[in-house]
Amino acid sequence: MAAGIVPKFVGSRVKRREDPRLISGNGTYVDDIKLPGMLAAVMLRSPYGHAKINSIDVEAAKKLPGVVAVLTGEDIRGKLPTLITAAPAQNVPYHPALAQDRVRFVGEAVAVAVAIDQYTAQDALDLIEVDYDPLPVITDPEKALEADAPVIHEQFGNNISTRAEVKSGEIDRAMREADRIIKFRLVNQRLAPVPMEPRGAVAQWNPGSEYLTLWSSTQGPHLLRSYLAEVLKLPEHRMRVIAPEVGGGFGCKLNVYAEEVMTAYLAMLLNKPVKWIERRRENLATTTHGRDLITYIEAPVKNDGTILGLKARFICDMGAYLQLLTPMVPGFAGMMMTGCYKVPAMAFEQLMVFTNKMAPDAYRGAGRPEACFIAERTMDMIALELNLDPAEIRRKNFIPKEAFPAQIASGLIYDSGDYEPALDLALKHIDYPKVRAEQAEGRKHGRYIGIGICSYVEICGIGPSPMLPPSMKGGGWESATIRMEPDSKVTVLTGVSPHGQGQETSFAQLVADELGIGIDDVTVVHGDTAIVQYGTGTFGSRGTSVGGAALMMAVQKLQAKMKKIASTMMEVPPDQLTFNNGTIAMASDLTKSIPLQRVVDASYGHKHPIPGIEPGLNEAGFYEPTACTFPFGTHACVVEVDADTGVVKFLRYVAVDDCGRIINPLLVEGQVHGGIAQGIAQALYEEVIYDENGQLLTATLMDYAVPKAEMLPHYELDSTVTPSPINPLGVKGVGEAGTIGSTPCVVSGVLDALKPFGIKNLDMPLKPEKIWRAIQAARKA
Amino acid sequence: MRVTVTINGQRRSDEIEDRLLLVHYLREVAQLTGTHVGCETSLCGACTVLINGKAVKSCTVLAAQAEGVEITTVEGLVKDGHLHPVQEGFWEEHGLQCGFCTPGMLMLTTDLLSRNPDPSEAEIRHALDGNLCRCTGYQHIINAVQYAARKMRETRKSA
Repeated sequence: MAAGIVPKFVGSRVKRREDPRLISGNGTYVDDIKLPGMLAAVMLRSPYGHAKINSIDVEAAKKLPGVVAVLTGEDIRGKLPTLITAAPAQNVPYHPALAQDRVRFVGEAVAVAVAIDQYTAQDALDLIEVDYDPLPVITDPEKALEADAPVIHEQFGNNISTRAEVKSGEIDRAMREADRIIKFRLVNQRLAPVPMEPRGAVAQWNPGSEYLTLWSSTQGPHLLRSYLAEVLKLPEHRMRVIAPEVGGGFGCKLNVYAEEVMTAYLAMLLNKPVKWIERRRENLATTTHGRDLITYIEAPVKNDGTILGLKARFICDMGAYLQLLTPMVPGFAGMMMTGCYKVPAMAFEQLMVFTNKMAPDAYRGAGRPEACFIAERTMDMIALELNLDPAEIRRKNFIPKEAFPAQIASGLIYDSGDYEPALDLALKHIDYPKVRAEQAEGRKHGRYIGIGICSYVEICGIGPSPMLPPSMKGGGWESATIRMEPDSKVTVLTGVSPHGQGQETSFAQLVADELGIGIDDVTVVHGDTAIVQYGTGTFGSRGTSVGGAALMMAVQKLQAKMKKIASTMMEVPPDQLTFNNGTIAMASDLTKSIPLQRVVDASYGHKHPIPGIEPGLNEAGFYEPTACTFPFGTHACVVEVDADTGVVKFLRYVAVDDCGRIINPLLVEGQVHGGIAQGIAQALYEEVIYDENGQLLTATLMDYAVPKAEMLPHYELDSTVTPSPINPLGVKGVGEAGTIGSTPCVVSGVLDALKPFGIKNLDMPLKPEKIWRAIQAARKA
Repeated sequence: MRVTVTINGQRRSDEIEDRLLLVHYLREVAQLTGTHVGCETSLCGACTVLINGKAVKSCTVLAAQAEGVEITTVEGLVKDGHLHPVQEGFWEEHGLQCGFCTPGMLMLTTDLLSRNPDPSEAEIRHALDGNLCRCTGYQHIINAVQYAARKMRETRKSA
């Protein structure tokens, strides 16, 4: 865009172009796909956390009218290889799509029934007889490390998947020189992502052309195609993966699942389309979980509150098998655990441990909520120990504005940042001095108000390809194609795969402004490997910072070509031209212009061949970021704890986020709101619970506490804008920020309220019963 | 067995299995896939439809129980090519992201506003408790409900 032309769409609250189909029942999710002759597949799942499979009798199930096939692990042994983990790990277990010999967690698939419809397939499951010998179960990752713990994968001799250490700076010296060392244990409990649409897949095999089409509720259709190609031994050009409307992902739909492999395999085996739809119980048991990290922290500090270093030992619960990125997530937590602060030295040890549970993997934030929780709880602990103000302790240790780009102890380089204004703004919104006074007054009368503060920084826009594990398909780059059609309307193909984020709108805003056209003149297409060039997909808040940057590259190539054509038609040098209001015009005099359509006609039409310029208007961009982006901000809350019931009530929730330049404030708000809700859910409500026998006690939405509207506060948002120098858009990413900032903020607030009772730490979720018991114990002591 | 119902103003009669759930009847037999299945235990509300004007979770109703009733699904909200004010509200206020819970939210809101044309924020939050959304954190949904309520009150006033 030329200087002086005001963007019409970028920066505006443009309502979403995705919505008309979604509010009228015209969205097509996987379960809405119906193909002629389609069969339904249903999985039989292990009721045991750990057991030997002696035998499986499927004869009665096979005889049920309407049943087409019943397969067990024995039927795929040697035919389907192990499922894949892309992240490096020392001990990687064999992971069959259907259990063989042993089951290792409740919900593991042991057989699949395929029938004319879902009801019949479900009936068939009741007729399958599995003879199990239960084995000793281990669900506590710390106990799994003990010498006499049952071993989940015998070939490894113990339950350790990986032991890794990262050390940077003079941590031993920091420990020696500290006035005191603050030590504590933190638990990031296990969570279930719970997208409202469970997983699902539909596969269709064309034996004539040996071509497989798979619809899946996935965040990365190209990645899925690449991995399926490897497992099914099919070339990628004979596979089409479509992510239709995807009803939420939050990281858990990035994984490549046993059921996706089996659905495709069954379609090929039976020569019939096959559909598998996950039920909610299966979703809670067998869709990848999140977090589940125990951390032992040691923070060497000076008496004035200066932090000298940070040392942590991570016990990472890996579940029974490693999923696609399971071993990668804790690493992010370690690399980012020093947060917004000048911490010259750090060290962390990771112990990744097998247990009889589902594997965790990426879940909204994937490592950064854990990191932020460590950094922020550390700040609060320091403030508490030294009797300093929690806001001032943060301010004191912030990486100063002048230090950017700032290399932190782990080696990462924060692109840009200015942390104090966000903190100041958040404190101003809650009227910090006043609310502290109210708190003091309240405490005199048995009223327990708490003020929570969290200054966060996170890593987004992954990223330079070396940031991803070497064995991971795709890369850190992203792709886009832009095509101006013969009627001068625009089609954009993006390699990211949005599933609620709204890039059909925000990308259209970008393109419309750049080309001086209307937003309705742009259609953004995504999620189909047969239409869209290879892309890595949507995760880690990379859609706009990486996918948007790729789109800008393609747009600039298109603009250059169109200017060149216009230049010959207008007899004006291309560098003096700009796009304005449906024309290409002279930047110095916008009235001297020709309509875009004439340039398009000249490019496509047979009447106006322009020597030396290829016909057509189709340009592509593949953007490899040089570095990651680091959004930041401060969340502040005021809560009140009812000492008689332990119930936490929100009085205020303020979020000040800096995600760089904002393309659509409405969408940014939506992302922040949703993120905060999920972060609060971790702080107060949600927890995946397995009992000591490996039974999943939170297997329905009755038991797993996804928050309802009444359980969440009214959010007050504000922002600072510090553009990222990394990408041409100046954007940083906002998909996970809310989740990262809110969990420590709320915990900080609740513990601040409980300070008069001498309660220093409580593990999440901070349920009323837990708070009430802590208060009772404190009162007795 | 046979069931006869009116769906979005159209009467239909089908031979069904006794155990068929209403949500599967709507999706598989009547081919109206706008109504979603999110949990099968009436906890998430994605399957909410109107039965005789009242919001009901169709995943825990047998199709057989719907004999003779009038059902409205999300597909029945658009009238004469115009969005229902509730649909408009969700679009204007960014009341949806992935869209999966949305049909249930729209039907629930329609029911709520028919009973309470001017609900407070607290009343809206309470009414939404049976419908889960994982994307929006609910605030934009609340704005959407308020938008729709305003619009419907204004329309009523001018009529």
